Amino acid sequence: MEEVYLDNSATTRAYECVGELVKKVMCEDYGNPSSMHAKGVAAEQYIKEAKETFAKLLKVKEKEIFFTSGGTESDNLALRGAAWANQRAGKHLITSAIEHPAIINTMRHLEEEGFRVTYLPVDRYGRVRLDALKEALCEETILVSIMYVNNEVGSVQPIQEAAGIVKAYNKNILFHVDAVQGFGKYRIYPKKLKVDLCSISGHKIHGPKGSGILYIGEDVKIRPIVFGGEQQKNVRSGTENVPGIAGISLAARTIYQDLDVKVAQMRRLKQRFIKGVSQIEDTTIHGLYDETSAPHIISVGFAGIRSEVLLHALEEKGIYVSSGSACASNHPQVSGVLKGIGARQEFLDATLRFSMSEFTTPQEIDYTLDTLYNIVPKLRRYTRR
Amino acid sequence: MRYHTFLIKYGEIGIKGKNRYLFEDALVRQVRFALKDVDGEFNVYKSQARIYVDCNEEYDYEDAVEHLKRVFGIVGICPVVRMEDQGFEQLKKDVTAYMDEAYPDKNLTFKVEARRARKSYPKNSMEINCDLGEAILDAFPETKVDVHHPDVMLNVEIRREIYVYSQIIPGAGGMPVGTNGKAMLLLSGGIDSPVAGYMISKRGVGIEAVYFHAPPYTSERAKQKVVDLARIVSRYAGPIRLHVVNFTDIQLYIYDQCPHDELTIIMRRYMMRIAEHFARKDGCLGLITGESIGQVASQTMQSLAATNDVCTLPVYRPVIGYDKQEIVNISEKIGTYETSIQPFEDCCTIFVAKHPVTKPNIDVIRRSEEHLSEKIDELMKTALETVEIIEVK
Repeated sequence: MEEVYLDNSATTRAYECVGELVKKVMCEDYGNPSSMHAKGVAAEQYIKEAKETFAKLLKVKEKEIFFTSGGTESDNLALRGAAWANQRAGKHLITSAIEHPAIINTMRHLEEEGFRVTYLPVDRYGRVRLDALKEALCEETILVSIMYVNNEVGSVQPIQEAAGIVKAYNKNILFHVDAVQGFGKYRIYPKKLKVDLCSISGHKIHGPKGSGILYIGEDVKIRPIVFGGEQQKNVRSGTENVPGIAGISLAARTIYQDLDVKVAQMRRLKQRFIKGVSQIEDTTIHGLYDETSAPHIISVGFAGIRSEVLLHALEEKGIYVSSGSACASNHPQVSGVLKGIGARQEFLDATLRFSMSEFTTPQEIDYTLDTLYNIVPKLRRYTRR
Repeated sequence: MRYHTFLIKYGEIGIKGKNRYLFEDALVRQVRFALKDVDGEFNVYKSQARIYVDCNEEYDYEDAVEHLKRVFGIVGICPVVRMEDQGFEQLKKDVTAYMDEAYPDKNLTFKVEARRARKSYPKNSMEINCDLGEAILDAFPETKVDVHHPDVMLNVEIRREIYVYSQIIPGAGGMPVGTNGKAMLLLSGGIDSPVAGYMISKRGVGIEAVYFHAPPYTSERAKQKVVDLARIVSRYAGPIRLHVVNFTDIQLYIYDQCPHDELTIIMRRYMMRIAEHFARKDGCLGLITGESIGQVASQTMQSLAATNDVCTLPVYRPVIGYDKQEIVNISEKIGTYETSIQPFEDCCTIFVAKHPVTKPNIDVIRRSEEHLSEKIDELMKTALETVEIIEVK
C-alpha cells in the first residue's frame, strides 16, 4: 500500500470539493466582505451561508456563530474573553487535567494574570470525575471548560451531566466545550447541553487549516482578545478568512452527509483493529473501547518499544500515526493524559495513537495490523540493555 | 552615506610568494559566491594587488557587509566613496563633506594618507596630505591632526577616479576556501561537528560531509536538521557535498554480535571507515571530527586512539583542546547553535550502554570486531552503495 493515513486526529485530508471551493474563493470571489461594492457582497455571501450552516447543524442562532483562525484561537477567545468579561463575579475557573494544550496553557496564563484554576482529575478511562467537579464549584466560579472528546485516548466526556451540575449550582457560571475532536463525529447541540461556548476546528473535519468556529451564546458576555477593524460585531476583528470560512462550512455540510453510516463504519474498523492488535503480546489499549468511546481514536501501548521508533518504522511502510498527541509530540516529554489515566510506567513513552477518518478502509486496517505483527517483534529484539 | 566600492584587505595571502595569484583568484571566487544572494549588481576584480567590489547600482549595504564578513581570507572590508576628479578645489569640498557625514562628532584626531596610482596627478602625495588636512582643519576647528595615532585614518587614493575611505570593518580572517584542498567532515546533529567544519574551512579547506542516518531510530527531522546545519556551515565554507549513509543494519549487527559496552567505539570505527571511503573517492585529504578530549566516553584518549586506529588519512580535530562552553561560543557566533540544540535523537545515542568502556584496549576491540566477519562486508557494501548525496549550498 502506498499510503495509510491514520493520523486524522492531528489533521485530515481536505475534501476535494473543499479544495476546489477554497481556490475559487481565493481566485474569483476574492473581495473583502466589508467592501461596499458587488465584489464585497459576493464574498459576504459565503459568510452568511456559513453562519446558516453552523446555526442549523448546532441548532443555534446565526448571530451566535463566530469565525476564528482555528481551535486554538476559539479556545483562547472563549477562555480569555469570558474570564476577563466576567471577572467581577469571581476569579475562579475549572477545567480538566487532560485538556488540549490550547486550554491548559491558556488557563496557566490566566493563573499568571490572577485567576485561580482547578484542574479536575479523571478516572482510569480518561473521563472527568463529576464528584470532583461538584467539590470544586464555589461562589467565585465563573467558567468551566471541558473537552468533548479527548484527543489522545478518545475518551468521551460527560458534558451533559457536567453542565447540568454546573448550572444547577449557579446558572450564571459559563460552560465551554472544546469540541475540536468531537464535532463531525457526534451531533452536538449546545443549547440542549446547556453549553455557552463551543470550539470547532476546520482541519479536523476535512476542511482548511486556519479555519475555526466559536459558538457564543447570545447572552454571554465576552471581551475581544484581538483589536482592529471591529469585524464580527467587534468580538473578533480582522478581515474574515473568507476562503477558510467557505471551506469549513462546506466541510461541515459534507461530513454530516450520512454521518451515522460513516461513524458506524469507523466503529467497526476500530473494533477490528483492537481485536487484531490485542493479539500482539504486551500491548494495552488506553481508555475505553466500547461504544462509549470516540469512534476514531485508538491509543495503544507497546511495551518495550519507544513510540518514536515504532512511529518511524511504520512510516517506512507508508503508515502515518502519532505518538501521544501530535500537538504535544514536538516535546519529548511524557504525555500528561496517559499519566492522568494512570497508565503503567512502561507504556508512558511507548504509546501510539491511531486515528481514523471516513476515508479509512478495512484493507488499510489489515495492512497496518500485518505490518505491526511483522515489525513489533523485530523492534523488541533491539532495545536498550 | 552611499558607498560605491568595497576595498577588500587580505593578510596571509600576501606572503604566499609565487602562488599568490592562486590565492587571490580563490578569494575573488569566494567573494562572488558570497554576494550572489545579495540584492544588487557587484563587480568583483583584482587590480594592483588589491581586490575591489564595485557596486554601481542600488544595493543592500548591510547585507553585503554581512556576507563579506563570512568570507575566509578577508582581513578587513573598507567601504569606499568614489569621487570624480573635478580638480583639487572640488576634492577639498568633497573630502570635507565626507568627514562631516561620516563623523558627526568632530572631537577627533585624523591623518590624511594619500596614494597616487595615477602619477600624472598635479600634486604629489605629500602635498595632497597637507592641503586636504588643512581644508579639514579649516572646516572643523575642533579636529586635530595626529600623524602617529590618529582616530581616523583618511585614505585618499588617486586613480582614474578618487577613492576615499576611512573605515575598516574586520573580516573573518583565515584563507580563501579552495586554496588548501578538501576534507571530509563527520557531521552529526550536535554542537561540535559544525564548529569543527567551520574551523578547518577557515584555513582554506573545502568541506564535504558524511552523516549517519539510522531509520527508524532516527527521524527524517534529525536528517533535515543535519542538512540545515550543513547549509549554515556552507555560508562560510562554500558548497558542501553531504553523504547520508544508512547505518541502521550495521549498528544492529554490532549490537547483536559485540559486547554491549564496546558498541559505541566499534560503531565509531565503522563510521570512520565509511567516511574515509568517501573521502578517498572524492579526493579529500583528511577527515574532520568535532571530538574534544574527555567530553564523552568515546572521546577519552584511549577511545580516540581506538577510533583513530582504523584511519589512514589524517584526522583533524580542531576543537580537541576546547571546553564545551568554548565550542558553544563559536557555534553561537557562526549561527549553528540554535539548530544544533533541537532535540532529535542521533544514531550515537540510541543503543548506548549505561556504562560504556572509557578505556578501550585496541587489541580487545579488534578481537570483538572479528565476531562481525560473517556479514559485515556485505552490510558495508550495501551502506556504501545506498548512500544518498545532497548538494548543500
